[in-house]
Amino acid sequence: MKVMNGNSAAAEAVKQVNPDVVVSHPVTPAAGMVEKIASFVANGQMDSELVQAESGPGAASGCIGASAAGGRVFTATASQELASMHEILFIAASLRLPIVAGVANRALSTPANIYADHSDIMAERDSGWVQIFCENPQEAYDNVVQAYKVAEHPEVRTPVMVGMDGFITSHSMENILIEAAEEVGDFVGKFNPVYSLLDAEHPVTVGSHSMSDYYFEHKVNQLQGIENSRKVIKEIGREFGDRFGRYYGHFESYKLEDADFAVVLMSSAAGTAKESVDRLRNRGEKVGVLKLRVFRPFPYRELREALAHLKALAVLDRTFSPGSPGGPLFNEIRSALYDTGIKPPVFPYIYGLGGRDIKPEHFEEIFRKIKEKSGKENFSASIGFINLRE
Amino acid sequence: MNLKKWNELTAGGINRDAGNSLKNFTGSFRSGEKPEFNEAACINCFFCWVFCPENAIIAEEEKIIGINYDYCKGCGVCVNECPVKQEDKPLYMVEENKELL
Repeated sequence: MKVMNGNSAAAEAVKQVNPDVVVSHPVTPAAGMVEKIASFVANGQMDSELVQAESGPGAASGCIGASAAGGRVFTATASQELASMHEILFIAASLRLPIVAGVANRALSTPANIYADHSDIMAERDSGWVQIFCENPQEAYDNVVQAYKVAEHPEVRTPVMVGMDGFITSHSMENILIEAAEEVGDFVGKFNPVYSLLDAEHPVTVGSHSMSDYYFEHKVNQLQGIENSRKVIKEIGREFGDRFGRYYGHFESYKLEDADFAVVLMSSAAGTAKESVDRLRNRGEKVGVLKLRVFRPFPYRELREALAHLKALAVLDRTFSPGSPGGPLFNEIRSALYDTGIKPPVFPYIYGLGGRDIKPEHFEEIFRKIKEKSGKENFSASIGFINLRE
Repeated sequence: MNLKKWNELTAGGINRDAGNSLKNFTGSFRSGEKPEFNEAACINCFFCWVFCPENAIIAEEEKIIGINYDYCKGCGVCVNECPVKQEDKPLYMVEENKELL
């Protein structure tokens, strides 16, 4: 057992996986990840090549170059720098390069703000990367380890970003379990690149141009990787549990099976949600939580089964999708439930922008509201803002 | 030409068939003008050979000997870069028979 924050926990996982190249362009609140890695490299605890990039796109491009050269790669980023990587992220995914990025989720400007918010990572949801979210430092460690095995799986070969809430997870110290480095190394295994740009005997062209006669076919071909990751993420989550005792799936259900009402959300606020569900259960309320771990690929079939029995649910987004009836998670969840005959009412909530707190009493209020609204014949499902002065 | 289906492509669009750009005759879309080569005026500085984006200047035994019209797309870079500015030029553009187009 060690006391660590999320950044250090992710860095510890990277140290044990020992990538060939770490590209660093530190940004608050993700800087701790690469700072820690830099000290591991300086102390001889890792033999990765540490590359200092001049910008976000520079760091992302460095990852692409190193990965296409056949290397195992890591980078860490957040907020404005993740946004500045935008166009390069699509290229990494299209080239099917198994890069792993740690993202300490933080608000996008303006107003300038450095605190927890999912606007950075949600803006990249269609970039083609697998997106895994962490509730706490333990999950940051566990998910980075698993991310390499998922990304490098021969049927996946797709980059993975691991998101944790800026400061709340990235900077909060918790007791966490760090597994033996040999065990982790053995679990992740050796990276076997399918080609290398440095292999002059077997030259390849990477990132070529395609006209309208081929672009469409290439893009549909690309989908295979992220589609295959659905089952691979599940298998690796089970394998990780068999080996280290902590099991992972696409999501975690908390007191959901017999619940009438539930909240669906991601990352650190799930801990608070579970706490308030415990309080409400003590008062006899049948409530539960679904904490989504994998947003891309979106596990719509499994979610349908897990949520269809509810009388109503609230979906909590830590970002806006301006002009949309709700946040990105709300839209995906409601879309998934359209195929169930029952179609339970789904209520969109926005919370925690720019690091705004969400407390147990807010969850109690949400449960009270959705119970009340869904009981009426004509309920309105307009966006509710949690802990906003209005 | 038989175009491949989506599931017949390599992951990531990686091309392992090195040198296959030779199969693409860039000369096929040359429009209107093409360069002509006058060997007698050439000083063999190789500027055209260096600058040609299609590698369409033919050189043999350290001498420029002509232009490969299979790949010459008629951009005129060779003519522009040629340093010989006297009346009798080694490279100059001529109108091309457009019946082919």
